[in-house]
Amino acid sequence: MITIENLQKAFDGVVAIDGISLNVSPGEVLGFLGPNGAGKSTTMKMITGFIKPSSGRVTLFDHNVQSDPVKAKELIGYLPEGAPAYGDMTAIQFLSFIADIRGIKKPVKEQRIQEVVRLLDLGAVSGRPIDTLSKGYKRRVGIAQAILHDPKILILDEPTDGLDPNQKHQVRELIRSLAKDKIVIVSTHILEEVTAVCTRAVVIAKGRVLADATPSELESQSRYHRAVTLMLDQVNENEALEIFSSLAGVSAVEVSPDHTGRYTLLPQTDVDLLPLVHELTQQRGWVVDEIFKERGRLDDVFRELTSNNQKENRREVA
Amino acid sequence: MNQIAVIFRRELGSYFSTPLAYVFIVMFLILTGVFTFYLGGFYERRQADLVPFFTFHPWLYLFLIPAVSMRLWAEERKTGTLELLLTLPVSLKTTVLGKFLAAWAFTGIALALTFPIWLTVNYLGSPDNGVIFAGYIGSWLMAGGFLAIGSCLSAATNNQVIAFILTVVVCFLFVVAGFPLVLEAFQKWAPAMFVDAIAGLSFLTHFDAVSRGVLDLRDLLYFLIMIGSWLVATAVVIDMKKAD
Repeated sequence: MITIENLQKAFDGVVAIDGISLNVSPGEVLGFLGPNGAGKSTTMKMITGFIKPSSGRVTLFDHNVQSDPVKAKELIGYLPEGAPAYGDMTAIQFLSFIADIRGIKKPVKEQRIQEVVRLLDLGAVSGRPIDTLSKGYKRRVGIAQAILHDPKILILDEPTDGLDPNQKHQVRELIRSLAKDKIVIVSTHILEEVTAVCTRAVVIAKGRVLADATPSELESQSRYHRAVTLMLDQVNENEALEIFSSLAGVSAVEVSPDHTGRYTLLPQTDVDLLPLVHELTQQRGWVVDEIFKERGRLDDVFRELTSNNQKENRREVA
Repeated sequence: MNQIAVIFRRELGSYFSTPLAYVFIVMFLILTGVFTFYLGGFYERRQADLVPFFTFHPWLYLFLIPAVSMRLWAEERKTGTLELLLTLPVSLKTTVLGKFLAAWAFTGIALALTFPIWLTVNYLGSPDNGVIFAGYIGSWLMAGGFLAIGSCLSAATNNQVIAFILTVVVCFLFVVAGFPLVLEAFQKWAPAMFVDAIAGLSFLTHFDAVSRGVLDLRDLLYFLIMIGSWLVATAVVIDMKKAD
Protein backbone atom coordinates (compact mmCIF):
# COMPACT_ATOMS: atom_id res chain seq x y z
CA MET A 1 0.00 0.00 0.00
CA ILE A 2 1.39 3.38 -0.98
CA THR A 3 -0.08 6.41 0.69
CA ILE A 4 0.88 9.81 -0.64
CA GLU A 5 -0.47 12.69 1.38
CA ASN A 6 -0.53 16.22 0.10
CA LEU A 7 2.91 16.03 -1.44
CA GLN A 8 4.52 19.34 -2.30
CA LYS A 9 7.88 20.27 -3.70
CA ALA A 10 9.34 23.62 -4.58
CA PHE A 11 12.71 24.15 -6.22
CA ASP A 12 14.13 27.54 -5.31
CA GLY A 13 10.64 28.87 -4.72
CA VAL A 14 9.22 27.47 -7.97
CA VAL A 15 6.44 25.02 -7.21
CA ALA A 16 7.00 21.73 -9.04
CA ILE A 17 4.57 19.51 -7.15
CA ASP A 18 1.50 21.20 -5.81
CA GLY A 19 -0.35 18.95 -3.40
CA ILE A 20 -0.55 15.42 -4.80
CA SER A 21 -2.46 12.82 -2.77
CA LEU A 22 -2.85 9.22 -3.91
CA ASN A 23 -3.45 5.74 -2.51
CA VAL A 24 -2.20 2.78 -4.48
CA SER A 25 -2.93 -0.84 -3.56
CA PRO A 26 -1.24 -4.10 -4.55
CA GLY A 27 -2.41 -5.39 -7.89
CA GLU A 28 -2.73 -1.94 -9.36
CA VAL A 29 -0.62 -0.77 -12.26
CA LEU A 30 -0.69 2.96 -12.06
CA GLY A 31 0.37 5.02 -15.04
CA PHE A 32 1.61 8.55 -14.52
CA LEU A 33 0.76 10.60 -17.55
CA GLY A 34 1.61 14.15 -18.22
CA PRO A 35 3.40 16.58 -20.49
CA ASN A 36 7.14 16.99 -20.08
CA GLY A 37 7.96 18.88 -16.93
CA ALA A 38 4.62 18.02 -15.34
CA GLY A 39 6.24 16.55 -12.25
CA LYS A 40 6.06 12.82 -12.99
CA SER A 41 9.73 12.15 -12.35
CA THR A 42 9.84 14.49 -9.37
CA THR A 43 6.94 12.64 -7.77
CA MET A 44 8.69 9.32 -8.36
CA LYS A 45 11.91 10.66 -6.90
CA MET A 46 10.01 11.61 -3.76
CA ILE A 47 8.28 8.23 -3.50
CA THR A 48 11.64 6.47 -3.75
CA GLY A 49 13.18 8.79 -1.18
CA PHE A 50 15.75 10.33 -3.50
CA ILE A 51 14.57 13.86 -2.89
CA LYS A 52 12.79 15.24 0.13
CA PRO A 53 9.34 16.76 -0.28
CA SER A 54 8.91 20.36 0.85
CA SER A 55 5.84 19.13 2.71
CA GLY A 56 3.55 16.13 2.74
CA ARG A 57 4.23 12.48 3.41
CA VAL A 58 4.87 9.23 1.57
CA THR A 59 4.23 5.94 3.37
CA LEU A 60 5.03 2.55 1.88
CA PHE A 61 3.43 -0.38 3.74
CA ASP A 62 3.66 1.50 7.06
CA HIS A 63 7.21 2.68 6.45
CA ASN A 64 7.56 6.42 6.17
CA VAL A 65 10.05 7.18 3.40
CA GLN A 66 11.41 10.17 5.29
CA SER A 67 11.80 8.75 8.77
CA ASP A 68 12.44 5.10 7.89
CA PRO A 69 14.24 5.33 4.55
CA VAL A 70 16.26 2.10 4.51
CA LYS A 71 13.26 -0.11 5.32
CA ALA A 72 11.13 1.74 2.79
CA LYS A 73 13.79 1.46 0.10
CA GLU A 74 14.05 -2.28 0.63
CA LEU A 75 10.47 -2.57 -0.61
CA ILE A 76 11.08 -0.67 -3.80
CA GLY A 77 12.53 -1.61 -7.13
CA TYR A 78 13.26 1.57 -9.02
CA LEU A 79 14.25 2.36 -12.56
CA PRO A 80 15.33 6.01 -12.52
CA GLU A 81 14.90 8.26 -15.54
CA GLY A 82 17.41 7.35 -18.24
CA ALA A 83 18.20 3.95 -16.66
CA PRO A 84 21.54 4.89 -15.08
CA ALA A 85 24.03 2.07 -14.42
CA TYR A 86 27.73 1.73 -13.77
CA GLY A 87 29.05 1.63 -17.31
CA ASP A 88 32.38 0.04 -16.49
CA MET A 89 30.71 -3.07 -15.09
CA THR A 90 29.26 -5.91 -17.11
CA ALA A 91 25.54 -6.54 -16.76
CA ILE A 92 26.26 -9.57 -14.56
CA GLN A 93 28.71 -7.68 -12.34
CA PHE A 94 26.22 -4.86 -12.00
CA LEU A 95 23.34 -7.17 -11.06
CA SER A 96 25.62 -8.96 -8.63
CA PHE A 97 26.53 -5.62 -7.02
CA ILE A 98 22.85 -4.73 -6.64
CA ALA A 99 22.13 -8.17 -5.14
CA ASP A 100 24.97 -7.76 -2.62
CA ILE A 101 23.80 -4.31 -1.60
CA ARG A 102 20.28 -5.62 -1.16
CA GLY A 103 21.63 -8.45 0.96
CA ILE A 104 20.54 -11.32 -1.32
CA LYS A 105 22.58 -14.34 -0.21
CA LYS A 106 24.49 -16.81 -2.36
CA PRO A 107 22.27 -19.57 -3.74
CA VAL A 108 19.27 -17.26 -4.14
CA LYS A 109 21.46 -14.58 -5.65
CA GLU A 110 22.67 -16.70 -8.59
CA GLN A 111 19.14 -17.94 -9.13
CA ARG A 112 17.61 -14.47 -9.16
CA ILE A 113 20.27 -13.08 -11.49
CA GLN A 114 19.70 -15.94 -13.93
CA GLU A 115 15.98 -15.39 -13.67
CA VAL A 116 16.05 -11.66 -14.50
CA VAL A 117 18.60 -12.21 -17.26
CA ARG A 118 16.15 -14.67 -18.78
CA LEU A 119 13.11 -12.44 -18.25
CA LEU A 120 14.75 -9.47 -19.91
CA ASP A 121 16.57 -11.47 -22.54
CA LEU A 122 20.01 -10.22 -21.51
CA GLY A 123 21.83 -13.51 -22.00
CA ALA A 124 23.67 -12.44 -25.15
CA VAL A 125 25.16 -9.30 -23.60
CA SER A 126 25.50 -10.27 -19.95
CA GLY A 127 29.31 -10.36 -20.13
CA ARG A 128 29.77 -7.04 -21.88
CA PRO A 129 30.43 -3.71 -20.15
CA ILE A 130 27.18 -1.77 -19.88
CA ASP A 131 28.77 1.24 -21.58
CA THR A 132 29.06 -0.74 -24.81
CA LEU A 133 25.40 -1.81 -24.86
CA SER A 134 22.68 -0.29 -27.03
CA LYS A 135 20.07 1.98 -25.50
CA GLY A 136 17.49 -0.80 -25.46
CA TYR A 137 19.77 -3.20 -23.63
CA LYS A 138 20.79 -0.53 -21.12
CA ARG A 139 17.14 0.12 -20.36
CA ARG A 140 16.55 -3.60 -19.88
CA VAL A 141 19.55 -3.88 -17.54
CA GLY A 142 17.93 -1.07 -15.55
CA ILE A 143 14.64 -2.96 -15.37
CA ALA A 144 16.47 -6.17 -14.44
CA GLN A 145 18.14 -4.33 -11.59
CA ALA A 146 14.78 -3.03 -10.39
CA ILE A 147 13.03 -6.43 -10.27
CA LEU A 148 16.04 -8.39 -9.00
CA HIS A 149 14.86 -8.62 -5.40
CA ASP A 150 11.24 -9.27 -6.38
CA PRO A 151 10.07 -6.01 -4.78
CA LYS A 152 6.58 -5.33 -3.51
CA ILE A 153 6.67 -1.93 -5.15
CA LEU A 154 7.99 -1.39 -8.63
CA ILE A 155 8.56 2.14 -9.84
CA LEU A 156 9.61 2.55 -13.44
CA ASP A 157 10.34 5.93 -14.97
CA GLU A 158 9.68 5.58 -18.70
CA PRO A 159 10.51 1.88 -18.89
CA THR A 160 9.98 1.52 -22.63
CA ASP A 161 11.81 4.64 -23.76
CA GLY A 162 14.34 3.71 -26.43
CA LEU A 163 13.02 0.19 -27.00
CA ASP A 164 11.95 -1.11 -30.39
CA PRO A 165 8.32 -2.27 -30.82
CA ASN A 166 9.15 -5.91 -30.03
CA GLN A 167 11.04 -5.00 -26.90
CA LYS A 168 8.26 -2.62 -25.87
CA HIS A 169 5.78 -5.43 -26.20
CA GLN A 170 8.05 -7.72 -24.18
CA VAL A 171 8.50 -5.21 -21.36
CA ARG A 172 4.77 -4.53 -21.21
CA GLU A 173 4.09 -8.25 -20.99
CA LEU A 174 6.64 -8.45 -18.20
CA ILE A 175 5.06 -5.58 -16.27
CA ARG A 176 1.63 -7.16 -16.64
CA SER A 177 2.90 -10.52 -15.43
CA LEU A 178 4.67 -8.96 -12.44
CA ALA A 179 1.71 -6.86 -11.48
CA LYS A 180 -0.42 -9.54 -9.85
CA ASP A 181 0.66 -9.05 -6.26
CA LYS A 182 2.69 -5.88 -6.61
CA ILE A 183 2.19 -2.18 -6.81
CA VAL A 184 3.54 -0.94 -10.09
CA ILE A 185 3.91 2.72 -10.97
CA VAL A 186 5.07 3.60 -14.46
CA SER A 187 5.48 7.00 -15.97
CA THR A 188 5.12 7.42 -19.66
CA HIS A 189 4.21 9.88 -22.32
CA ILE A 190 3.17 7.10 -24.66
CA LEU A 191 -0.60 6.98 -24.36
CA GLU A 192 -1.04 3.55 -25.93
CA GLU A 193 1.09 2.19 -23.12
CA VAL A 194 -1.49 3.27 -20.59
CA THR A 195 -4.25 1.29 -22.26
CA ALA A 196 -1.84 -1.61 -22.78
CA VAL A 197 -0.59 -2.10 -19.21
CA CYS A 198 -2.23 0.20 -16.69
CA THR A 199 -5.27 -0.48 -14.56
CA ARG A 200 -5.32 3.13 -13.46
CA ALA A 201 -4.21 6.33 -15.10
CA VAL A 202 -3.26 9.48 -13.25
CA VAL A 203 -2.83 12.57 -15.37
CA ILE A 204 -0.46 15.14 -13.90
CA ALA A 205 0.25 18.61 -15.17
CA LYS A 206 1.86 21.53 -13.42
CA GLY A 207 2.35 19.39 -10.35
CA ARG A 208 -1.32 18.64 -9.86
CA VAL A 209 -3.47 15.58 -10.41
CA LEU A 210 -5.94 16.41 -13.18
CA ALA A 211 -7.52 13.02 -13.57
CA ASP A 212 -7.42 9.72 -11.74
CA ALA A 213 -9.42 6.96 -13.42
CA THR A 214 -9.17 3.69 -15.29
CA PRO A 215 -7.97 4.05 -18.87
CA SER A 216 -11.44 3.20 -20.19
CA GLU A 217 -13.07 5.79 -17.95
CA LEU A 218 -10.62 8.33 -19.32
CA GLU A 219 -11.41 7.25 -22.85
CA SER A 220 -15.10 7.70 -22.18
CA GLN A 221 -14.47 11.36 -21.44
CA SER A 222 -13.36 11.78 -25.01
CA ARG A 223 -15.73 13.40 -27.44
CA TYR A 224 -15.00 10.41 -29.66
CA HIS A 225 -16.38 7.99 -27.09
CA ARG A 226 -18.95 5.79 -28.91
CA ALA A 227 -18.38 7.72 -32.12
CA VAL A 228 -18.71 5.73 -35.33
CA THR A 229 -15.92 5.88 -37.86
CA LEU A 230 -16.41 4.44 -41.31
CA MET A 231 -14.68 4.37 -44.67
CA LEU A 232 -16.76 4.70 -47.77
CA ASP A 233 -15.66 3.88 -51.24
CA GLN A 234 -16.75 5.90 -54.28
CA VAL A 235 -19.23 8.17 -52.55
CA ASN A 236 -19.41 11.91 -53.15
CA GLU A 237 -17.99 13.54 -50.07
CA ASN A 238 -20.38 16.50 -49.90
CA GLU A 239 -23.38 14.31 -50.40
CA ALA A 240 -22.28 11.89 -47.68
CA LEU A 241 -21.58 14.75 -45.29
CA GLU A 242 -25.03 16.18 -45.83
CA ILE A 243 -26.76 12.87 -45.33
CA PHE A 244 -24.76 12.02 -42.21
CA SER A 245 -25.37 15.41 -40.64
CA SER A 246 -29.11 15.04 -41.03
CA LEU A 247 -29.12 11.58 -39.45
CA ALA A 248 -30.98 11.55 -36.13
CA GLY A 249 -28.67 11.27 -33.12
CA VAL A 250 -25.59 12.67 -34.85
CA SER A 251 -24.18 15.76 -33.20
CA ALA A 252 -21.29 16.39 -35.58
CA VAL A 253 -19.50 14.82 -38.51
CA GLU A 254 -15.79 14.96 -39.18
CA VAL A 255 -14.18 13.96 -42.42
CA SER A 256 -10.57 13.10 -42.95
CA PRO A 257 -8.81 16.02 -44.61
CA ASP A 258 -6.95 13.82 -47.09
CA HIS A 259 -10.18 12.84 -48.94
CA THR A 260 -9.81 9.13 -48.33
CA GLY A 261 -13.50 8.89 -47.55
CA ARG A 262 -13.09 8.42 -43.83
CA TYR A 263 -15.93 9.88 -41.74
CA THR A 264 -16.34 10.10 -38.02
CA LEU A 265 -19.84 10.61 -36.66
CA LEU A 266 -20.07 11.95 -33.14
CA PRO A 267 -23.19 10.84 -31.27
CA GLN A 268 -25.56 12.87 -29.17
CA THR A 269 -25.66 11.72 -25.58
CA ASP A 270 -26.77 8.12 -25.04
CA VAL A 271 -27.35 7.36 -28.69
CA ASP A 272 -25.96 4.16 -30.12
CA LEU A 273 -25.09 5.21 -33.64
CA LEU A 274 -23.71 2.00 -35.05
CA PRO A 275 -26.98 0.28 -35.99
CA LEU A 276 -28.38 3.55 -37.37
CA VAL A 277 -25.36 4.15 -39.56
CA HIS A 278 -25.31 0.55 -40.67
CA GLU A 279 -28.94 0.76 -41.71
CA LEU A 280 -28.31 4.01 -43.56
CA THR A 281 -25.43 2.64 -45.60
CA GLN A 282 -27.50 -0.38 -46.56
CA GLN A 283 -30.41 1.78 -47.66
CA ARG A 284 -28.10 3.92 -49.78
CA GLY A 285 -26.22 0.94 -51.12
CA TRP A 286 -22.83 2.45 -50.17
CA VAL A 287 -19.78 0.26 -50.18
CA VAL A 288 -18.36 0.29 -46.65
CA ASP A 289 -14.68 -0.64 -46.41
CA GLU A 290 -14.51 -0.36 -42.68
CA ILE A 291 -16.83 0.58 -39.85
CA PHE A 292 -16.30 0.57 -36.11
CA LYS A 293 -17.35 2.17 -32.89
CA GLU A 294 -14.63 4.12 -31.11
CA ARG A 295 -13.83 3.64 -27.45
CA GLY A 296 -12.62 7.18 -27.20
CA ARG A 297 -9.30 8.75 -27.94
CA LEU A 298 -6.92 9.04 -25.04
CA ASP A 299 -4.69 11.59 -26.75
CA ASP A 300 -7.74 13.75 -27.24
CA VAL A 301 -8.65 13.55 -23.52
CA PHE A 302 -5.04 14.12 -22.59
CA ARG A 303 -4.83 17.27 -24.72
CA GLU A 304 -8.14 18.50 -23.42
CA LEU A 305 -7.14 17.98 -19.79
CA THR A 306 -3.66 19.42 -19.98
CA SER A 307 -4.46 22.39 -22.23
CA ASN A 308 -7.50 23.33 -20.13
CA ASN A 309 -5.22 23.46 -17.19
CA GLN A 310 -2.90 25.80 -18.99
CA LYS A 311 -5.76 28.06 -19.95
CA GLU A 312 -6.89 28.19 -16.37
CA ASN A 313 -3.45 29.16 -15.25
CA ARG A 314 -3.26 31.88 -17.83
CA ARG A 315 -6.51 33.27 -16.55
CA GLU A 316 -5.15 33.23 -13.02
CA VAL A 317 -2.15 35.20 -14.14
CA ALA A 318 -4.30 37.71 -16.02
CA MET B 1 27.59 -9.07 3.42
CA ASN B 2 28.56 -5.79 4.94
CA GLN B 3 27.29 -2.97 2.75
CA ILE B 4 30.39 -0.82 3.24
CA ALA B 5 32.46 -3.71 1.89
CA VAL B 6 30.16 -4.05 -1.14
CA ILE B 7 30.47 -0.38 -2.01
CA PHE B 8 34.19 -0.43 -1.27
CA ARG B 9 34.78 -3.34 -3.62
CA ARG B 10 32.75 -1.86 -6.45
CA GLU B 11 34.49 1.48 -6.15
CA LEU B 12 37.99 0.05 -5.94
CA GLY B 13 37.20 -2.23 -8.88
CA SER B 14 36.09 0.76 -10.92
CA TYR B 15 39.51 2.39 -10.47
CA PHE B 16 41.21 -0.57 -12.04
CA SER B 17 38.66 -1.00 -14.82
CA THR B 18 40.14 2.03 -16.59
CA PRO B 19 43.79 2.76 -17.40
CA LEU B 20 43.52 5.78 -15.10
CA ALA B 21 44.56 3.76 -12.06
CA TYR B 22 47.68 2.41 -13.71
CA VAL B 23 48.62 5.81 -15.12
CA PHE B 24 48.19 7.30 -11.68
CA ILE B 25 50.34 4.70 -9.98
CA VAL B 26 53.10 4.95 -12.60
CA MET B 27 53.08 8.76 -12.39
CA PHE B 28 53.21 8.60 -8.62
CA LEU B 29 56.15 6.22 -8.62
CA ILE B 30 58.09 8.20 -11.24
CA LEU B 31 57.51 11.49 -9.45
CA THR B 32 58.45 10.15 -6.02
CA GLY B 33 61.64 8.83 -7.60
CA VAL B 34 62.44 12.11 -9.30
CA PHE B 35 61.76 14.13 -6.17
CA THR B 36 63.69 11.84 -3.90
CA PHE B 37 66.81 11.35 -6.00
CA TYR B 38 67.14 14.65 -7.86
CA LEU B 39 65.43 17.35 -5.81
CA GLY B 40 65.88 15.66 -2.45
CA GLY B 41 69.52 14.74 -3.01
CA PHE B 42 69.03 11.24 -1.63
CA TYR B 43 72.61 10.14 -2.35
CA GLU B 44 74.31 13.47 -1.73
CA ARG B 45 72.97 13.64 1.80
CA ARG B 46 74.75 10.41 2.65
CA GLN B 47 72.21 9.68 5.36
CA ALA B 48 70.29 6.43 5.71
CA ASP B 49 66.77 7.82 6.02
CA LEU B 50 63.78 8.64 3.81
CA VAL B 51 63.45 12.32 4.68
CA PRO B 52 63.99 13.44 1.08
CA PHE B 53 61.31 10.94 0.06
CA PHE B 54 58.63 12.09 2.48
CA THR B 55 59.37 15.84 2.30
CA PHE B 56 57.83 16.14 -1.13
CA HIS B 57 54.71 14.10 -0.46
CA PRO B 58 52.48 17.07 0.44
CA TRP B 59 53.34 18.71 -2.88
CA LEU B 60 52.93 15.53 -4.84
CA TYR B 61 49.56 14.85 -3.23
CA LEU B 62 48.46 18.37 -3.94
CA PHE B 63 48.05 17.49 -7.61
CA LEU B 64 47.74 13.73 -7.65
CA ILE B 65 45.11 13.22 -4.95
CA PRO B 66 42.55 15.60 -6.49
CA ALA B 67 42.88 13.54 -9.67
CA VAL B 68 41.74 10.51 -7.70
CA SER B 69 39.02 12.22 -5.70
CA MET B 70 37.48 14.29 -8.50
CA ARG B 71 35.45 11.42 -9.88
CA LEU B 72 34.19 10.11 -6.54
CA TRP B 73 30.83 11.89 -6.67
CA ALA B 74 30.96 14.17 -9.69
CA GLU B 75 30.79 11.18 -12.00
CA GLU B 76 27.91 9.57 -10.13
CA ARG B 77 26.02 12.83 -10.40
CA LYS B 78 26.78 13.23 -14.07
CA THR B 79 25.80 9.71 -15.13
CA GLY B 80 22.74 9.64 -12.88
CA THR B 81 23.95 6.65 -10.88
CA LEU B 82 23.76 8.86 -7.80
CA GLU B 83 19.98 8.46 -7.96
CA LEU B 84 20.33 4.71 -8.30
CA LEU B 85 22.80 4.48 -5.42
CA LEU B 86 20.79 6.67 -3.07
CA THR B 87 17.53 4.83 -3.71
CA LEU B 88 19.10 1.51 -2.77
CA PRO B 89 18.52 0.50 0.85
CA VAL B 90 21.84 1.89 2.07
CA SER B 91 22.35 4.82 4.38
CA LEU B 92 24.17 7.82 2.98
CA LYS B 93 26.78 7.40 5.74
CA THR B 94 27.65 3.92 4.49
CA THR B 95 27.93 5.08 0.90
CA VAL B 96 30.14 8.06 1.72
CA LEU B 97 32.40 5.94 3.90
CA GLY B 98 32.61 3.03 1.47
CA LYS B 99 33.56 5.23 -1.44
CA PHE B 100 36.10 7.18 0.59
CA LEU B 101 37.73 4.03 1.95
CA ALA B 102 38.09 2.68 -1.59
CA ALA B 103 39.85 5.84 -2.72
CA TRP B 104 42.01 5.76 0.39
CA ALA B 105 42.93 2.12 -0.15
CA PHE B 106 43.83 2.98 -3.72
CA THR B 107 46.31 5.66 -2.62
CA GLY B 108 47.54 3.17 -0.03
CA ILE B 109 48.33 0.74 -2.83
CA ALA B 110 50.22 3.43 -4.73
CA LEU B 111 52.13 4.35 -1.59
CA ALA B 112 52.94 0.73 -0.78
CA LEU B 113 54.38 0.29 -4.25
CA THR B 114 57.18 2.72 -3.34
CA PHE B 115 58.66 -0.09 -1.21
CA PRO B 116 61.80 -0.43 -3.40
CA ILE B 117 62.94 2.89 -2.00
CA TRP B 118 62.65 1.47 1.48
CA LEU B 119 64.62 -1.60 0.38
CA THR B 120 67.22 0.63 -1.25
CA VAL B 121 67.85 2.63 1.88
CA ASN B 122 68.14 -0.56 3.89
CA TYR B 123 70.62 -1.92 1.35
CA LEU B 124 72.76 1.21 1.45
CA GLY B 125 72.79 1.74 5.19
CA SER B 126 70.97 0.92 8.37
CA PRO B 127 68.09 3.37 8.76
CA ASP B 128 65.67 3.56 11.66
CA ASN B 129 62.86 1.49 10.17
CA GLY B 130 60.46 2.62 12.88
CA VAL B 131 60.80 6.21 11.68
CA ILE B 132 60.26 5.14 8.10
CA PHE B 133 57.17 3.17 9.06
CA ALA B 134 55.83 6.19 10.93
CA GLY B 135 56.56 8.25 7.82
CA TYR B 136 54.46 5.90 5.71
CA ILE B 137 51.60 6.02 8.21
CA GLY B 138 51.77 9.81 8.31
CA SER B 139 51.87 10.06 4.56
CA TRP B 140 48.88 7.78 4.17
CA LEU B 141 46.91 9.71 6.79
CA MET B 142 47.71 12.92 4.98
CA ALA B 143 46.53 11.37 1.71
CA GLY B 144 43.28 10.56 3.54
CA GLY B 145 42.91 14.21 4.52
CA PHE B 146 43.41 15.36 0.94
CA LEU B 147 40.96 12.73 -0.28
CA ALA B 148 38.27 13.71 2.21
CA ILE B 149 38.51 17.33 1.04
CA GLY B 150 38.33 16.09 -2.54
CA SER B 151 35.33 13.92 -1.74
CA CYS B 152 33.39 16.89 -0.40
CA LEU B 153 34.21 19.14 -3.34
CA SER B 154 33.49 16.39 -5.83
CA ALA B 155 30.04 16.05 -4.28
CA ALA B 156 29.38 19.72 -4.93
CA THR B 157 29.59 19.54 -8.72
CA ASN B 158 28.95 17.22 -11.64
CA ASN B 159 32.02 18.46 -13.46
CA GLN B 160 35.20 16.58 -12.67
CA VAL B 161 37.47 19.37 -13.89
CA ILE B 162 35.84 21.84 -11.51
CA ALA B 163 36.10 19.30 -8.71
CA PHE B 164 39.80 18.87 -9.48
CA ILE B 165 40.59 22.58 -9.50
CA LEU B 166 38.56 23.35 -6.36
CA THR B 167 40.27 20.53 -4.53
CA VAL B 168 43.74 21.69 -5.56
CA VAL B 169 42.93 25.19 -4.34
CA VAL B 170 41.52 24.10 -0.97
CA CYS B 171 44.29 21.56 -0.38
CA PHE B 172 46.86 24.18 -1.33
CA LEU B 173 45.48 26.46 1.38
CA PHE B 174 45.73 23.65 3.91
CA VAL B 175 49.30 22.93 2.92
CA VAL B 176 50.67 26.46 2.77
CA ALA B 177 48.98 27.40 6.05
CA GLY B 178 52.01 25.86 7.76
CA PHE B 179 54.57 27.36 5.43
CA PRO B 180 57.05 29.69 7.22
CA LEU B 181 56.45 32.35 4.56
CA VAL B 182 52.71 32.43 5.23
CA LEU B 183 53.08 32.27 8.98
CA GLU B 184 55.55 35.15 8.99
CA ALA B 185 53.09 37.26 7.05
CA PHE B 186 50.56 36.71 9.83
CA GLN B 187 53.05 37.05 12.66
CA LYS B 188 53.57 40.72 11.90
CA TRP B 189 50.07 41.75 12.88
CA ALA B 190 48.03 38.84 14.19
CA PRO B 191 48.03 37.61 17.79
CA ALA B 192 50.20 34.57 18.44
CA MET B 193 47.22 32.39 19.16
CA PHE B 194 45.79 33.07 15.72
CA VAL B 195 49.10 32.24 14.06
CA ASP B 196 49.29 29.01 16.04
CA ALA B 197 45.75 28.16 15.03
CA ILE B 198 46.59 28.60 11.35
CA ALA B 199 49.76 26.58 11.70
CA GLY B 200 47.77 23.97 13.59
CA LEU B 201 45.37 23.57 10.69
CA SER B 202 48.12 22.86 8.23
CA PHE B 203 48.90 19.46 6.81
CA LEU B 204 52.60 20.37 6.79
CA THR B 205 52.89 20.98 10.53
CA HIS B 206 51.38 17.65 11.44
CA PHE B 207 52.97 15.67 8.65
CA ASP B 208 56.47 16.94 9.50
CA ALA B 209 56.15 15.71 13.04
CA VAL B 210 54.91 12.27 11.99
CA SER B 211 57.45 11.83 9.21
CA ARG B 212 60.27 12.52 11.65
CA GLY B 213 59.07 9.47 13.51
CA VAL B 214 57.13 11.22 16.26
CA LEU B 215 53.77 9.47 16.37
CA ASP B 216 51.99 12.00 18.55
CA LEU B 217 48.35 11.24 19.30
CA ARG B 218 47.45 14.84 18.53
CA ASP B 219 48.81 14.57 14.99
CA LEU B 220 46.95 11.34 14.39
CA LEU B 221 43.79 12.87 15.81
CA TYR B 222 44.27 15.89 13.60
CA PHE B 223 44.22 13.76 10.46
CA LEU B 224 41.35 11.58 11.64
CA ILE B 225 39.24 14.59 12.62
CA MET B 226 40.12 16.24 9.33
CA ILE B 227 38.93 13.15 7.44
CA GLY B 228 35.85 12.79 9.62
CA SER B 229 34.72 16.39 9.28
CA TRP B 230 35.17 16.53 5.54
CA LEU B 231 33.25 13.27 5.15
CA VAL B 232 30.39 14.65 7.22
CA ALA B 233 30.51 17.71 4.99
CA THR B 234 30.38 15.39 1.97
CA ALA B 235 27.18 13.79 3.24
CA VAL B 236 25.65 17.18 3.95
CA VAL B 237 26.53 18.49 0.49
CA ILE B 238 25.10 15.40 -1.22
CA ASP B 239 21.92 15.63 0.80
CA MET B 240 21.51 19.31 -0.03
CA LYS B 241 22.29 19.06 -3.71
CA LYS B 242 20.55 15.79 -4.54
CA ALA B 243 17.84 17.29 -6.63
CA ASP B 244 20.08 19.43 -8.84
